[in-house]
Amino acid sequence: MSLLRPGHRGCAGCCDALAGKFVLDALGEDTIVVSPTGCLEVFTTPYPESAWGVPWIHSLFENAAAVASGVEAALKAMGRKNNTKIVVIGGDGATMDIGLQAISGAFERGHDLTYICVDNEAYMNTGIQRSSATPLYASTTTSPSGKVSFGNPLHKKNMPAIIAAHSSPYVATASVAYAPDMMKKIKKAADTKGPTYVHVHAPCCTGWKFDGSKTIEVGRLAVETAMWPLYEMENGVVTNVRKLKNRKPVEEYLKAQGRFKHLFTMEGGAEEIKKIQAIADWNVKHFGLE
Amino acid sequence: MRKRMVVVEGSYAVAHAVKVCKPNVISAYPITPQTHIVEDLAQFAADGEMNCEYMNVESEFSAISALIGASAAGARTYSSTTSQGLALMHEALFNASGMRLPIIMTVVNRALSAPINIWNDQQDSISQRDTGWIQLYAEDVQESADMVPQLYKIAEDADVLLPAMACMDGFILSHVYEPVILLEQNLTDEFLPAYSPEFVLDTKNPMSFGAFADPSTYTEFRYKQEKAMEVALKKIEEVANEFRDVYGRYYGGLIDGYVLDDAEIVIMAMGSVIGTIKDTIDALRSEGESVGLLKVRSFRPFPVEAVRSALKNAKVVITLDKNISIGKNEGALCTEVKACLHNTDIRVPVIGFMLGHGGRDIPMSMIKKIINKAKLVDKGIFVESEFADLREDLA
Repeated sequence: MSLLRPGHRGCAGCCDALAGKFVLDALGEDTIVVSPTGCLEVFTTPYPESAWGVPWIHSLFENAAAVASGVEAALKAMGRKNNTKIVVIGGDGATMDIGLQAISGAFERGHDLTYICVDNEAYMNTGIQRSSATPLYASTTTSPSGKVSFGNPLHKKNMPAIIAAHSSPYVATASVAYAPDMMKKIKKAADTKGPTYVHVHAPCCTGWKFDGSKTIEVGRLAVETAMWPLYEMENGVVTNVRKLKNRKPVEEYLKAQGRFKHLFTMEGGAEEIKKIQAIADWNVKHFGLE
Repeated sequence: MRKRMVVVEGSYAVAHAVKVCKPNVISAYPITPQTHIVEDLAQFAADGEMNCEYMNVESEFSAISALIGASAAGARTYSSTTSQGLALMHEALFNASGMRLPIIMTVVNRALSAPINIWNDQQDSISQRDTGWIQLYAEDVQESADMVPQLYKIAEDADVLLPAMACMDGFILSHVYEPVILLEQNLTDEFLPAYSPEFVLDTKNPMSFGAFADPSTYTEFRYKQEKAMEVALKKIEEVANEFRDVYGRYYGGLIDGYVLDDAEIVIMAMGSVIGTIKDTIDALRSEGESVGLLKVRSFRPFPVEAVRSALKNAKVVITLDKNISIGKNEGALCTEVKACLHNTDIRVPVIGFMLGHGGRDIPMSMIKKIINKAKLVDKGIFVESEFADLREDLA
């Protein structure tokens, strides 16, 4: 049985539940998990129940990295650190918006921990509000498409680059749609001494508006269109990328999701899709995906 | 045997007290006037005098957050902050007490912005009254230091498990040099047992901390915190007595009286102003005035029964507050004292004076002025609550 026990309250097709399971499958019992506030935290621990088969702590929304650094310091101080992995599993809002400062501090201090951002590109737990991870033109409840709006007007923040700038020894991107790759990277991150980071792309059927049976399919389309490049960085340098053989146009990824539906119905939508294609093209060039 | 006294800064005495309590993790962020405490602790760590992880974090919010993680992992933890730093911690203070983590923190009391002001009042910790932390207020440097092991013993008790603030007035106590006895390691080892909590983050025995509670269970978490505070009421008294047995010093438990028993006029206060009040009372007593002091040491838990009992013979009660609830025109101690007398037979006027905000000095002449004003109650002149030390030219 997985260390993330069945019976939790995640949606059918939930990306967070997959991510949590893959992390624990990769790392095993000698792991302490810190969760900031978010879907994963809420649906796994409705008191008095808990889905966590490993020690787990949730404190607040914006402080998971600081809490994790305190756990690490305590284990070291008491001679209990040994090979125990300390892992944060947090959403994009907790990571890239409200918790950014605490992450910066924890990485600068060099704690031996792994931070995993499970990025479903909006505040899903509160009802699909935009975050700094929301991609260009996604319609969310606080960046809705409308008569004079194509949805979120801002570009997604490049979080892995921010972490790499903290001299992290290992930074990687992954996707729940590529489980073996993700688990390999999680394990590598946790086995690397120091503060390491894995940014996991996680399609949310509820927030992105697709059927819960398509989570993996949508995740794969993100990678196959180069909207989500898979790469590893060691000491700030890209050391490995997942190459694309037959890259697909971004329309295939966008069409699969309700949050981009307006781009195909609104006047001028085709022109705006070109701007999204340009993001994919930049990824291809920047990371050498082809 | 006479104890050896040394002249040290208040902050050093506190830092030394922390050292002999052997915390596993210290996490702090610098802010005036707390800095000297954490600097001294950093030096102890740098000199290898402490076997602990000393964390220089990037904010007070992360300082308390790191200790939440460390305490949940089973560590004895310490931080110190003040004013804006304490306000920044606000959200996490609730979290620490809700998760029943016995973190100890020295709050070096300072005014809050705006206008920015680095000097002493007690608005900072008073404003955290409802966060579920024990709050004790120290009268002098020795008590500020001695409170540290006392609070570890109270907070870590299995029937308490609440975080606690040792409040000391900024600059007045943190930066003053006065003779103190530095806490002895051997006595502290005898007084304070090692911390061995039952519930910890341990991969051999996995547990979940910080679960999500819906309306069917949330209330009972709050109720149990309140019950733990009731246990703390007793433990504060017990531990003060145990401390006296081991170290030979006593400051009162929840409260302490000074020529109180026959006093018609009773002044109530918290913190370093107690010393000024005692000197004023000595002077007035020699002139035949019937004045006494009721020092409130524990603000949370609030010693309702002890205060009622101490005030039963008073003719007039004066409360001094270095804080204000703006919109109520009174300080927190005044409000608490009035509230705890209300459903009793004790019918005594309670007159509130707010003073000492933003570091304004409180001389003996001010205490005398306040006492004289309170005496006008006999003539039917009664002000419920007011600023005692307003500058007429600016007001």
